[in-house]
Amino acid sequence: MKATTKITAKAAVKPASKLTNKKPARPERCLDFKTVWNYKASPESAESAKLEKRYELFIDGKFVPPSDGAYFANFNPATEAKLCEVAEGSPADVDRAVKSARAAFEGVWAKLPAHERGKCLFRLARLIQERTSELAVTETLDTGKPIRESRAFELPLAANQFFYYAGWADKLGFAFPGRRPRPIGVVAGVISWNFPLLMAARKLAPALAAGNTVVLKPSKTAPLAALKLARLAEEAGFPPGVVNVVTGGKATGEALVAHEGVALVSFAGATETGKAIGKALAGTARRCALELGGKNAYLIFEDSAIDQAVDGIVDGVFLNQGPVLSASSRLYVQESIAKVVVRKLRDRLETLNVGDPLDKNTDVGALPTRELLQRVQAHVKAGLAEGVTSYQADQQVPKKGFFHAPVLFTDVAQSHRLTQEEVFGPVLAIQTFRTAEEAIEKANNTPSGMASGVWTDKGSRIFSIARQLKTGVVWANAYNKYDPTSPAGGCKESGLGRDGGLHGLASYVELN
Amino acid sequence: MTTSPPVDQLGIEERIARLGSRTIKKESKLEALKLALSMIDLTTLDSKDTPGKVRQLCAKAIRPYEAMPDLPSVAAVCVYPNLVRVAKKALQTMAPGCRINVAAVATAFPSGMSSLKFRLEETRWAVQEGADEIDMVISRGKFLAGEHEAVADEIRAVKEACGEAHLKVILETGELGTLDNVRLASDLAIDAGADFIKTSTGKIQPAATLPVTLVMLQAIRDHYYRTGKRVGMKPAGGIATAKLALQYLVVVKETLGQAWLQPDLFRFGASALANDILRQLVKERTGVYQSLDYFTKD
Amino acid sequence: MRNYGIYVDGKFNRTESGRYFQFRAAQGDWAANLCNSSRKDFRDAVTAARGAFAKWSSAAPAARGQLLYQVAEALEGRKAQLSEELQHQGLTAAAAEAEVQASVNRLIYYAGWADKFQQVFSSVNPVASSHYNFSVLEPVGVVSILAPEESPLVGLVSAIAPVIVGGNSCVVLASSSRPLCAVTLGEVLQSAGLPAGVVNILTGFRSELLGQFTSHMDVNGVLYCGEAAEELKTVRENAALNVKRVSHSPRADSSAEEAQGPYAILSFQEVKTTWHPIAT
Repeated sequence: MKATTKITAKAAVKPASKLTNKKPARPERCLDFKTVWNYKASPESAESAKLEKRYELFIDGKFVPPSDGAYFANFNPATEAKLCEVAEGSPADVDRAVKSARAAFEGVWAKLPAHERGKCLFRLARLIQERTSELAVTETLDTGKPIRESRAFELPLAANQFFYYAGWADKLGFAFPGRRPRPIGVVAGVISWNFPLLMAARKLAPALAAGNTVVLKPSKTAPLAALKLARLAEEAGFPPGVVNVVTGGKATGEALVAHEGVALVSFAGATETGKAIGKALAGTARRCALELGGKNAYLIFEDSAIDQAVDGIVDGVFLNQGPVLSASSRLYVQESIAKVVVRKLRDRLETLNVGDPLDKNTDVGALPTRELLQRVQAHVKAGLAEGVTSYQADQQVPKKGFFHAPVLFTDVAQSHRLTQEEVFGPVLAIQTFRTAEEAIEKANNTPSGMASGVWTDKGSRIFSIARQLKTGVVWANAYNKYDPTSPAGGCKESGLGRDGGLHGLASYVELN
Repeated sequence: MTTSPPVDQLGIEERIARLGSRTIKKESKLEALKLALSMIDLTTLDSKDTPGKVRQLCAKAIRPYEAMPDLPSVAAVCVYPNLVRVAKKALQTMAPGCRINVAAVATAFPSGMSSLKFRLEETRWAVQEGADEIDMVISRGKFLAGEHEAVADEIRAVKEACGEAHLKVILETGELGTLDNVRLASDLAIDAGADFIKTSTGKIQPAATLPVTLVMLQAIRDHYYRTGKRVGMKPAGGIATAKLALQYLVVVKETLGQAWLQPDLFRFGASALANDILRQLVKERTGVYQSLDYFTKD
Repeated sequence: MRNYGIYVDGKFNRTESGRYFQFRAAQGDWAANLCNSSRKDFRDAVTAARGAFAKWSSAAPAARGQLLYQVAEALEGRKAQLSEELQHQGLTAAAAEAEVQASVNRLIYYAGWADKFQQVFSSVNPVASSHYNFSVLEPVGVVSILAPEESPLVGLVSAIAPVIVGGNSCVVLASSSRPLCAVTLGEVLQSAGLPAGVVNILTGFRSELLGQFTSHMDVNGVLYCGEAAEELKTVRENAALNVKRVSHSPRADSSAEEAQGPYAILSFQEVKTTWHPIAT
């Protein structure tokens, strides 16, 4: 074991949660990342989020108080401090929002020349770009994700989503040869907290471009991006009622899903919730598009560019602290290089800065809620009980806030909970394989099918494996890349329909 | 036979972009600037170099900026073999017992287009003249022709000719075409006994780049994992600004850690860099942006 | 009296349940015995379909098209028998002949799509980063087909052809009131050389088997032909268990030309997007 040298204190610190199982000593020839020279804290100002004390519902082009006057407190998961309060939408509010969306659909939006719809989307994209700083800081305060990810990953993707679909508004016929696509009506966007702005953009952009109107229900955990987006939509000149935002919890979401005026529920979040939505809509003429979870696999073959494969898995599993639908939480390494890959991963873990999400040098921020933190902790504990080996960086995490340092597990078996359950935290389970057949079999051995990664230098093998992996996205010699032109979404239990690209339009149109 | 893992160019570029987003401000920046200064091989490799210029260079190497005597010295001065004696003497006279090394470029620098016999002779002569370090060039022609063993043999021979002097092997990465070749050349040089691997002569564009440096650092890291032996790294050419030097330090810090964040194992081959670092240091101290007119140009 | 079997894994079997039901011709006293398939028959059929999927889905699309074309030929060869069965099921001779012809045409139509729908509906996506990125269609897997009750041949063929031409395998529940052609279609598929297990055809009662057809966790998609709201509700509820892809085809008169199209193939295709860096 290496001596613990104090890293530059950013805040009051506590040792990373103790992992008590088999914890092997650092190997003899280990690199020392407790360097004398360090980056000092370089936080963005929380002020640039320009948060208000209280946020209302956005219905019919206006911010309006909730009908029963209820508000919930919204917290910064990194400090546990209250940020603001947000309206808790009641079923009556949901009804108001859906009716306003319906009226806008019939009254103005569907009748507007398609290119005018496109212009609204273009303007919204521009406004998002202009407000990058404000939105990025908001996103980080609301979710606990590192500001670098908000700024460099989420913001440009969100803006580009609108740019991309803006252009489709008056070209929809070309996307569906032989058919005349028509809008379907009111779309309910029920979205998750992991990428609040990006998820909102992924649902709004194609829905609006296709001529639908939207009632967006952001997660109670991270509602601010949607509310800010609503304001920008207003500024961009969307007619009142085209974009509505109703904040609230489970009951609000259920009221929206159950509302008869909704033609499509476009949901991003937990698999169980997605299935429940599917069931709830069963007896109706209403449809759903689902973007659900995944226990995604990442394969590294011995002929890989190993250092880049290691970078890829670090981005794959620790992006956003882990809660990413496409997070590569199962790593399969060819046996001959397993040792070196694990060693490199351990060294990479040492270099990840865990802490204040507003610090520009932070790599791993806070999880969004205490519940999730506890779930991750329980999962790690259960993992240890299964007799695996764990590695955690010799790092300290802030005392306040919902932080969890990244963890690796080796000696994992296919039957372990670590392999089977989606963790939604910075936890990586590593297994080895000998042949491609074995790797593919293990990778596909899950009810989910969101995404997968494969690393090999052999071109023909890439095509063969990519074809056999049962996932909606395959990243070959890459991971967690997104682009508005590129369809993403799950096979099997990971979803229905695609987000992004030409294929992402299909959920939002009627073709008959 | 040296074999190397493939390198994914885009992955390297993405990693560099990521590391490039590190923010270094205030004390952290001051510390890094001093560290970078201490890592410089203060270099002059012009055919019009004179003993006078080399002596001036040595003075600057010892005390980079008169007004700030607390600054560290640079790591070495780097000259052509025929000026080694001048440099050695100047350093000993001006700062007896100082630890600044004299490095000589040898082996028919920068092209290497001479017979092995002459290249070895030149190496031995430079060492005799007092060089502590030899910066050799590899035969890029042979490397690109696939004669990798021949290249390795030459490096081994030069290493032997160096005797006690440290050997830095210049890969001239700007002529190698791909990062795969950079990796292979790094591994060849390391396996053949290089104490340092170095990107460039400075005479060919592109000279040092961050992606190339990362690939070379990864070769060094893999060698360390395998053998426990630490090989040094020297990016050279084109690193003219303090800001860029700091980005190199970030890459070193996050790839190899503490052991390589010192002049023993990491050097900048540069001539203009020192002045820009000084300018930044003075600015940090005084809060006033500086003009290069206030720093000696050598 | 003729006994009709069920077509599972390329073979004609009796139902393991030993239960049968009788079909009586619309006119005259012609009658036949048909298997009243059980849940066990269905499970076996799913196993067969799953077993056939890997090879069928990776077969060359052109080869799948050719097989469908051969099926069309074989169907035409059985014109007399099928026409007779259709008449037993209530059609006039002319209507029966027309339905067989429409079915042949339908098969040929989808045979032609085999190696074309990918070209029309896949994409190369111009991502901003230095990656080559493309989206292709891949079959979802095993599909349950609840065949139309009223359209015993052309409706059945229209349900099956787009599913299998895209590389899926399937288990079909034939119309319970008009089941004859379904079993004969099985014979046609067998004689045309369609690999065993790609299409499995059961006879029996929707009321009894709907739950199994739609809830089985190794089934990836359900094609429901019909308009019963309660049935559709069950289909969608059960599909939600493992997020099955559901396609609903209410059209009873499926001989109409607008009833065919590549979108029927797309209903049971997944879009898979692959990324690879572009670099030297």
